Amino acid sequence: MNDVMLSIRQLTVEVEGRELLHNIGLEIKSGETHILFGPNGSGKSTLLMAIMGFPKYQITKGKIIFKGKDITGLSLDDRARLGIGMSFQRPPVVRGVKTRDMVAACLKGQGNQEDINQLAEKSDLADFLDREINYGFSGGEIKRAEMMQLLAQKPELSLLDEPESGVDLVNIALIGQLINELLEKNCPIRKRKCMGLIITHTGHILDYVNARTGYVMLDGKIVCEGDPHEILATIKEKGYEECVKCMK
Amino acid sequence: MHEIKSSKTYRDKAKEASGKPATLGKDVDLSSYVGSTDEQPYQADPSKLPAKTKKQMLEVGVVLDDVSQRSGTFIQMDNTPVHSSIRQEGIEVMATSQALEKYDWLSDYWWQAVAVDTDKYTANVELNQHDGYFVRALPGSKTIYPVQACLYLTKARLAQNVHNVIIAEEDSELHIITGCTTASSEEAGLHLGVSEFYIKRGAKVTFTMIHSWNPEVAVRPRTGIIVERDGMFLNNYVIMKPVHSLQTNPTARCVGDNAVVRFNSILAAPPGSNIDLGSQAFLNATGAKTEIISRAITTGGSIIARGYIEGNAPEVKGHLECRGLILQGEGVIHAIPELKGNLAGIDLSHEAAVGKIAEEEVEYLMARGLTRTEATAVIVRGFLNVDIEGLPPMLSAELRRAVEASERDVM
Repeated sequence: MNDVMLSIRQLTVEVEGRELLHNIGLEIKSGETHILFGPNGSGKSTLLMAIMGFPKYQITKGKIIFKGKDITGLSLDDRARLGIGMSFQRPPVVRGVKTRDMVAACLKGQGNQEDINQLAEKSDLADFLDREINYGFSGGEIKRAEMMQLLAQKPELSLLDEPESGVDLVNIALIGQLINELLEKNCPIRKRKCMGLIITHTGHILDYVNARTGYVMLDGKIVCEGDPHEILATIKEKGYEECVKCMK
Repeated sequence: MHEIKSSKTYRDKAKEASGKPATLGKDVDLSSYVGSTDEQPYQADPSKLPAKTKKQMLEVGVVLDDVSQRSGTFIQMDNTPVHSSIRQEGIEVMATSQALEKYDWLSDYWWQAVAVDTDKYTANVELNQHDGYFVRALPGSKTIYPVQACLYLTKARLAQNVHNVIIAEEDSELHIITGCTTASSEEAGLHLGVSEFYIKRGAKVTFTMIHSWNPEVAVRPRTGIIVERDGMFLNNYVIMKPVHSLQTNPTARCVGDNAVVRFNSILAAPPGSNIDLGSQAFLNATGAKTEIISRAITTGGSIIARGYIEGNAPEVKGHLECRGLILQGEGVIHAIPELKGNLAGIDLSHEAAVGKIAEEEVEYLMARGLTRTEATAVIVRGFLNVDIEGLPPMLSAELRRAVEASERDVM
């Protein structure tokens, strides 16, 4: 039996005085990957940002326990150093900062230029290392660059915000491959440590990445929990309206 | 003291302009500086200079212990040239007075790229000048390693008046790194430097200047560049250390078809620093191109970053980019980009931005595990990391080292 590594308890989150998440609860055990479904504005990204610790996302109630430690009051960078990483849906351009510098920062001195080159090769970004991070990148290039940074950072918990959005079908396979490496999908289940919480709109990523649990978020609440493929099939067939009806 | 041969006409013009204030920058009272000083001994082997002096020169890119990666060296202390040497055929490096003795024709270049009566500072250089350097690349010769030049202030309250002439003959390639610095971290001083560049047809010059002064030094360089057909001039300027008052506005004139000029400036102003730095390019011939890029950071000092491009011929192209970061304190950055087009068919553009570091960018890096301070440092380093097209990799690396060496002070 794997241990619960991330436990979110009755989490309520405000952004600029407005409550966006209400009493969220979920648990992820070591080695598990969970999926978040939900329409636009339902609070999926807010949840990921709150777990990551972005200061704008104020936790007004509840707790986040990670690896047995209450991290509710911990800063963004402390959480990152504790083993939480995030791939952004729309990361900022940081002018002047090269992709290579970002990967080096993620490696935290634990790798050399050869390691950076290998990560870039693997992410099909060898020609992007000396370009400014995210500057002029296409949707797919941004997602691959995010995955490359996470592979360098090696977080135990990866929060992936729509890793497949804006990515063409050919590149989704590569993104899926990178996620599988990040989440140690090639390791036997009992030895797997890395966890994932993935937001997906289209569900395409489920064709490439196995996940244990799926959640549906509506209006800042988790309203459904179950097999992610079953949830996706329902959403595809009946839309989120069915989830709304089901709640009633 | 070396006597400089100069014509009566220039002297007369200089006398007339000796009280003429500069159009830009705070007025510097020349009477509060000493006009001359004792001669310094010649140094046949500059590696024998005191360790502290060499260290200060090294900080501005002047390497004296191992000159194997330099094609020539010139050092002037206060108002005396103390060393000049070359290590490559086809390059000439010597004191200006020596060059004027050697070449009668040099008078044809004297005060041609900079007007002697520009202001009281150019006038003062004419009336009280004490050498400077003459660097020339002979036709077709190409330097592999840069020529290095150091203008070094040692005496308190001294006015250093230098007049440099750089000539790149046709189809030559010349790289120069110039470091200007002061021995004292607190004594007042004045550096007046006139530099005239002549880039002949098909020649290429990169000129990298690193300044490191102290909070009491005033600096008024006056630079003119004339670029002929298919010539290229690339100017890189770095100042990361405090300076009491610096005002300069180098002016390039592209007089030949397809001439190219690029200016890159990296400026940092700690509290007490006052920097007014511009770059001007006049595109006077068909197909001439320019790019003016400045990156300014203040932690409390004041920076005016100017840029001016004027298009006077068909098919010219110019772009100006001023970006400033106010890191902390009550620093001021005033970006003044100006474009003037005088005929149809030209392509001039500019962009300017002044602000603080975007919180979103800091948090992005913090999400990768960097502390706020580390994240800010990465962003600042990136901001100052101007990719300079056309600069040889070795010089790029030296420029980067010079900037990185001072980053801690800036932060």
